[in-house]
Amino acid sequence: MMTDLITLRETSPEDILLLLDTAQSFKEILERPVKKVPTLRGRQVVTLFYEASTRTRVSFENAAKIMSADTTSVAAATSSVQKGESLLDTVQTLRAMRIDCLVMRHPQSGAAHLVAQALDVPVVNAGDGMHEHPTQALLDMLTIRQHKGRLEGLTVAIVGDIAHSRVARSNLWGLTKMGAKVRFVAPATLLPRDVHRLPVEVYTDLREGVKDADVVMALRLQQERMERGLLPSLREYAQRWGVNAGALQLAKPDCIVMHPGPMNRGVEIADDVADSGRSVILEQVTNGVAIRMAVLYHLLGGEATA
Amino acid sequence: MPTEVKVMDAHEMRRALTRIAHEILERNKGAEDLVLVGILRRGAPLAHRLSRLIEHIEGTAVPVGELDISLYRDDYRTRTVSDIGATRIPVDITGKKVVLVDEVIYTGRTVRAAITALMDLGRPACIQLAVLIDRGHRELPIRPDYVGKNLPTSRQEFVEVRLEELHGEDSVSIRKPDQERQA
Repeated sequence: MMTDLITLRETSPEDILLLLDTAQSFKEILERPVKKVPTLRGRQVVTLFYEASTRTRVSFENAAKIMSADTTSVAAATSSVQKGESLLDTVQTLRAMRIDCLVMRHPQSGAAHLVAQALDVPVVNAGDGMHEHPTQALLDMLTIRQHKGRLEGLTVAIVGDIAHSRVARSNLWGLTKMGAKVRFVAPATLLPRDVHRLPVEVYTDLREGVKDADVVMALRLQQERMERGLLPSLREYAQRWGVNAGALQLAKPDCIVMHPGPMNRGVEIADDVADSGRSVILEQVTNGVAIRMAVLYHLLGGEATA
Repeated sequence: MPTEVKVMDAHEMRRALTRIAHEILERNKGAEDLVLVGILRRGAPLAHRLSRLIEHIEGTAVPVGELDISLYRDDYRTRTVSDIGATRIPVDITGKKVVLVDEVIYTGRTVRAAITALMDLGRPACIQLAVLIDRGHRELPIRPDYVGKNLPTSRQEFVEVRLEELHGEDSVSIRKPDQERQA
């Protein structure tokens, strides 16, 4: 098992499988009346977020608390970062307080890697710029596997703002390592510049892109990262690229629909799709807690034994 | 070469389990309110077998649960179990007579973890312990209520229980430490 979780690109298929299997077993704990196990008693987990987040931060904190760790949440907006403290000084200060694990989100790609090299405690990347968001992709894979019974041989169409999406990148690396085929479906302006070097099929037409797919994953249109001029208008985007019931008729009959949230209803995903029987969006959220419990369990433990 | 001595074969295992099934029924005056909970991995198939034996003897089906204790172990920080199983207990254990089932009792630490894990799931009327093998060397004040076979061992030896459901055969062996490698 690795010592940090920074990218899925650098995580082995064996470790991905281990995390998925562990999370699957942990799901039972979430159904208990008393959701508490003693495993991480006395361990301190800090979440350090330089970007807004509700579900990821709460999900990590809940996962840590269910396993009896103590959690502290630091939001850059209300911390010494505002006084000009550098990222490395901030994390070294936290480390000097004897924390046992750092979960961090930062707008700069590679920030978590930089911090992991500087710290001697496990670091979990909860999103770094447009680079990776490994726990999101793991929870997506867990959700897909629960519905399809496998990942190998599946076709997963990721639709929307790929260029700005760390979720798309982590899913691409994770899913392809587990034997699934990934499609990026987006207008040319929202595809990453290096897309031709990635192991992915590219479609610039929604209907072609979702044809015969087992899974359709709609991405949030990241308006806060969007430079001007990439799209004519939100309305036109919704018409041409919003995942709707009509396009889904071309996918496999048992196709599931996913979204990492938060959703812009009526933009990248139609209301009736988000609320349909195909939607597994709320299961993704539940699985997120189980995946983060599994990540903390393996990163904070000792030598692995069967 | 490490030497391996077989101490129980399939017939002996069947007889031991049959006796334990009778003892459980005798002690509890029947099968009412009983729940058998096997500790993963090897306790689980044994709990299922005891349930079938009890049903055969008494005509009453006893619910069987499976308990993963990895999250309750006292050595998580040094030795972390990778292969985590899912706890599945089909009934509310509150008020029930729970018989924990494991293949070997040694230090007692696994049973301590299992008791804590059970208490997180409810408040049983009582917890009893059935083991196929008691190899001694307890480190905690825990003793089994039902024992298939008492097996004196040294701490250097390893007791291996193989089960049909997991390993394709029923047997118990003691492996002696590798003398040559140690020398």
